[in-house]
Amino acid sequence: MGTAKFWAVSFIVAIAFLLLTRGLIGNEYYFFAAYQVLQFIVLATAWNILGGYTGYTNFGTGAFFAVGAYSAVVLHKLTSVPLPVMMLVGGVTSGIVGFGMGYLTLRLKGVFFAIATLALAIVAQTLIVNWDFVGGSRGIYVIRPQNSPIYGSYIQYLYSLMLALTWVSVAIARTIERSKLGLGFNAIRDDELAAEAAGVPTLKLKLIATTISGALMGMAGAPFPYYIGYLQPASTFGLDYAVNSIAMPLIGGTTSWIGPLVGAILLGSLQQIATVTISSAVNLLIVGLLLVGFVIVAPNGIVGLVQTYLRRKPPEFVGRRHVETQSPETVP
Amino acid sequence: MSALLAIDNLSKRFGGFVALDKISLSIPAGERLGLIGPNGSGKSTLVNCICGTLHNEQGSVEFDGRKLDGLDAHRRTHLGLARSFQLPRPFVSMNLADNIRIPLLYTVGARGIHLSQHLIEERCATLLREVGLEAKARHMPRDLTQVEMRKLELARAMAAEPKLLIADEAMAGLTHSEVEDILTLLVRLNDQGVTVILIEHIMSAVMSFSRRLVVLVSGKKIADGKPEDVMRDPEVERAYLGQ
Repeated sequence: MGTAKFWAVSFIVAIAFLLLTRGLIGNEYYFFAAYQVLQFIVLATAWNILGGYTGYTNFGTGAFFAVGAYSAVVLHKLTSVPLPVMMLVGGVTSGIVGFGMGYLTLRLKGVFFAIATLALAIVAQTLIVNWDFVGGSRGIYVIRPQNSPIYGSYIQYLYSLMLALTWVSVAIARTIERSKLGLGFNAIRDDELAAEAAGVPTLKLKLIATTISGALMGMAGAPFPYYIGYLQPASTFGLDYAVNSIAMPLIGGTTSWIGPLVGAILLGSLQQIATVTISSAVNLLIVGLLLVGFVIVAPNGIVGLVQTYLRRKPPEFVGRRHVETQSPETVP
Repeated sequence: MSALLAIDNLSKRFGGFVALDKISLSIPAGERLGLIGPNGSGKSTLVNCICGTLHNEQGSVEFDGRKLDGLDAHRRTHLGLARSFQLPRPFVSMNLADNIRIPLLYTVGARGIHLSQHLIEERCATLLREVGLEAKARHMPRDLTQVEMRKLELARAMAAEPKLLIADEAMAGLTHSEVEDILTLLVRLNDQGVTVILIEHIMSAVMSFSRRLVVLVSGKKIADGKPEDVMRDPEVERAYLGQ
């Protein structure tokens, strides 16, 4: 399926899903839970653009998410712009942070890069903790409006926005994967030295990856203050986001756009079920156990398992991909 | 004849170790140059300095009339400088056609030449046919034998449509007939106008391929000339051949 067709089909699927869920589900809690799952799909997909496609492990998801969330808080206090605008501003701000982080750290490789992203999260958390305007360490209350500006309850509105962002994120990830950019990302992941020798501008491509990844994470964070009502540094910079955004693509499979989607739906849903049936305290335990299990049984994730199955078929069905070429003016 | 590649007083140190010591070399277009030397003599360091993987502290490298100093490796590739690696470095998650597609998209594309999807497919098929891997276009690199891996490495370098190709030990570990295969490829490439620098330990291959031979020992150039003259050089015999 071509890129334009995928955007159109996935849009129709998202609209159909929205109408179906809104028509069939009466209990508000399900929208509350679904928002979390969708948020994890966006975070996992965004993480995978850098971590899966280019092979650079980012432990700073919480920082990008928080930059988006606190951008919304700043706008909430200073202006009365609608939430979609806050998401855009959160995305731009977080994208700029991603670009800056990339510029400073992308000459590092492997574990050194991972540690640098962790350090970024700590630096960002320290800044927020000491910034009184956004509540500092005590946090800040963000009063959620009573009614949705469009229809239904506000949580349904948040759910609809997150569903739209999920559609955009997944479509962007899939577009990248099938493009010249995606092929360049994969070359970097496979062998950066060989990629440079083949003419791939590795630093430029990695900066593009950190910017897009950071921007999507920031957009996912922007509605969070309205979702949670009380925002504090611990809730945005928590380990949950960093661990989940890494574990979900790893369990689903990092080489394809569908991996983070599958991983996030599986892990996100399991965590929501565990939250209501046992306790939210077991969420990270579930992630840890599944991660250990998958590392042993299916190191390439669920998508990897399917690919292994397909590999048993004749080679002409394996590894076939279609890279859409663009004019030189529009490509990096 | 003006030089395609001009290296002037190039030096490279790793801490206290002098890997390259004031190397000067001028290579005209169309040359078939053999670069030999014992292990640790600085051959790969020289290649890395030419290609931009390493940056030299002293001296300069000029390619096709343009100074390369400080230029990133991918920009040097865009200018027409290609290399194959001592140990094959395929893109392991991509099939052979996609391995070839990368330089076509990123190097040929960067020269302002727009290649349509059809043209790229055709070029991939042609390059793989030239190295005898057309039937394996959809295979993954893990399915290849050692010689096929070397051929893929050369095909990927050729896809960048280089003016100068540096083949860094492209025949290491191959049988006699496989060495012949690679030599035929390199000669054909040279016939098409590509300047080739062959770095090799297999002396029969170097002697049959090269029109000019350069010898490096301990980071210094000790000989430069016609292969038969260089091999008779007493310093080369003493330092390199151990006679």
